[in-house]
Amino acid sequence: MIELLPLFIAIPLGGAFLITLTAWKLKRLADILGVCASLPLLVLALLCIGNRGVYHIGAFLAPLGINLVLDGFSIILLVIVNVISFMAILYSISYMEQYTAKYKYYALFLLMVGGMNGVVLTGDMFNLFVFLEIASIASYALVAFGCEHEELEASFKYLVLGSIGSTFILLGVAVLYGLTGYLNMASIAQAVASMEKTWLFSFASVLFLVGFGIKAALVPFHPWLPDAHPSAPAPISAMLSGVLIKALGVYAITRVVFNVLGATSLFGIIIMVLGVLSMTIGVFLAVGQWDFKRLLAYHSISQMGYVVLGLGLGMFIIANKGPTLVAGMAIFGGLFHLANHAVFKSLLFLCSGSVEYQTGTRQLKELGGLQEKMPVTRVSCTIASLSIAGIPPLNGFWSKLIIVIATVQAAFLYPSMLILTAITILVSFVTLISFLKVLRYVFLGELPSLFKNIKDSSLFMCASLVMLSLLCISMGLLLIPGLRSVVFDPAVEVLKQGLDYGKQILTGL
Amino acid sequence: MIFPLCFALFVVGLYCVLTKKNVIKIVIGLTIMEYSVNLFLVLLGYKKGASFSDVQAPIIEPVTNLDDFFMKAVDPLPQAMVLTSIVIGLGVTALAIAICIRLYQRYGTFDISKMRRLKG
Repeated sequence: MIELLPLFIAIPLGGAFLITLTAWKLKRLADILGVCASLPLLVLALLCIGNRGVYHIGAFLAPLGINLVLDGFSIILLVIVNVISFMAILYSISYMEQYTAKYKYYALFLLMVGGMNGVVLTGDMFNLFVFLEIASIASYALVAFGCEHEELEASFKYLVLGSIGSTFILLGVAVLYGLTGYLNMASIAQAVASMEKTWLFSFASVLFLVGFGIKAALVPFHPWLPDAHPSAPAPISAMLSGVLIKALGVYAITRVVFNVLGATSLFGIIIMVLGVLSMTIGVFLAVGQWDFKRLLAYHSISQMGYVVLGLGLGMFIIANKGPTLVAGMAIFGGLFHLANHAVFKSLLFLCSGSVEYQTGTRQLKELGGLQEKMPVTRVSCTIASLSIAGIPPLNGFWSKLIIVIATVQAAFLYPSMLILTAITILVSFVTLISFLKVLRYVFLGELPSLFKNIKDSSLFMCASLVMLSLLCISMGLLLIPGLRSVVFDPAVEVLKQGLDYGKQILTGL
Repeated sequence: MIFPLCFALFVVGLYCVLTKKNVIKIVIGLTIMEYSVNLFLVLLGYKKGASFSDVQAPIIEPVTNLDDFFMKAVDPLPQAMVLTSIVIGLGVTALAIAICIRLYQRYGTFDISKMRRLKG
């Protein structure tokens, strides 16, 4: 299994190359090659579950060469990236018919997937930066894919902020290299563990926090997200919101802070504050929106706040030597919500794409009464909305419940944590209100005479909507101890180990 | 002394990105930031006493005295990193300029304060 790890990067990059080379004349070939590249990735990612190991590129051993590390935390992200990208490619077979130059779209899409797989797998700081830039550049171009006023403006804003973030990350890598003399994450972790913390070390930490914070769109760094996500074509919005901000932002910051720099209680507090800010500000900005996709984009910020809050709480408790059970619970809640958010948010963006594809508008006030015309979209959109709002049998409820329980347990140790519980529940209510508004304005009410003749979406679009809805319903099953111990427990274990994790990678897992 | 200057260059680039209204100037600011980081990386590899005339790259002649070589040679790894980062910077700049050209075609201006279709 471990020998197959480079395929996660090689297949999408090779696919992108082949598509630009061959598919510019034959339109169907681009569709076929796109599916052919993403289906094996999906299968490989599912096969990875339960495995772990280190692959040394070119057989150069760890501190000298670059290594790809497969562990519990990478596997979760790897599965999310490849499942969502397969669904998005399936969806774009029909959806992208309205654009010209479809093959360029597929090539950029696969580059983005390759970059994200690389970010998730790599065990080398500079390599992380390189893959991060591959994914980012592809996503800047994809946001501008329509080449209209709004798309270009959003893409430029995203490009400027994203490049500032990347430059901060590169400067952080450089400072860390100057301090420790290593680029390999495991070696850096070992050097950091025995090193005296100077102000330069804190400087590097701040650079990483700002850089990855911009990529993750945490609240003070969020302004690019509500413009970039609605402007992109719907499958790309689903990828950006569902996967990109997680792989490039939350995954990278968690990996660097937990396993490379080491968890400190100050860092935990900062991350928790960012999470709480994202949750509340994101949701209150979302309630007032009348643009379907813009509303969803603000909810992405808010839901990422939940993830970051769970991870920050876990970090704080670990750093203060609190009970590891509570820390594990908080981290588990954060990771579970990360996986759930990927599924329901990409489903919501795909639903908004279906509505826009058929009606030509995404202003909530101009829509209405689509429930009989578009039954599949309506059912899947309802499932996703209830899921993001946290209604019991659906997946969003379980992860929010776990985060709330973790905050309550933490409140026994630090009573001021009770405010976190209150905020989490309040934000969940506001989310529910804003999604009831979406359902009311899009699917209920009177059908405008303009939309008398519309039909439901085509086969491929419906197929990916239905599959994602089924995932939404069934992901609560991951809580069953048997499944949980295979999927989530190794990831929580990796994060709880902190700096000791480097020792394991160097000696071979 | 030279490291603070390098950081000053970084701040100049950041200032340029944050305050300028012209999109081309913003792209130039981004480039300045990137180059300051590249400069910083190269400087990290510098070693006191390393000189070009004393040491030749081992590719020309086999090194006889390894210890002496290590004392005098600079760290080659940052140079490899800088090459990669320059190529990445080229990609970003090319894309940014392409978007600027399209923006000019759509809006008829380079002024960022006049591109205000996205709100809320």
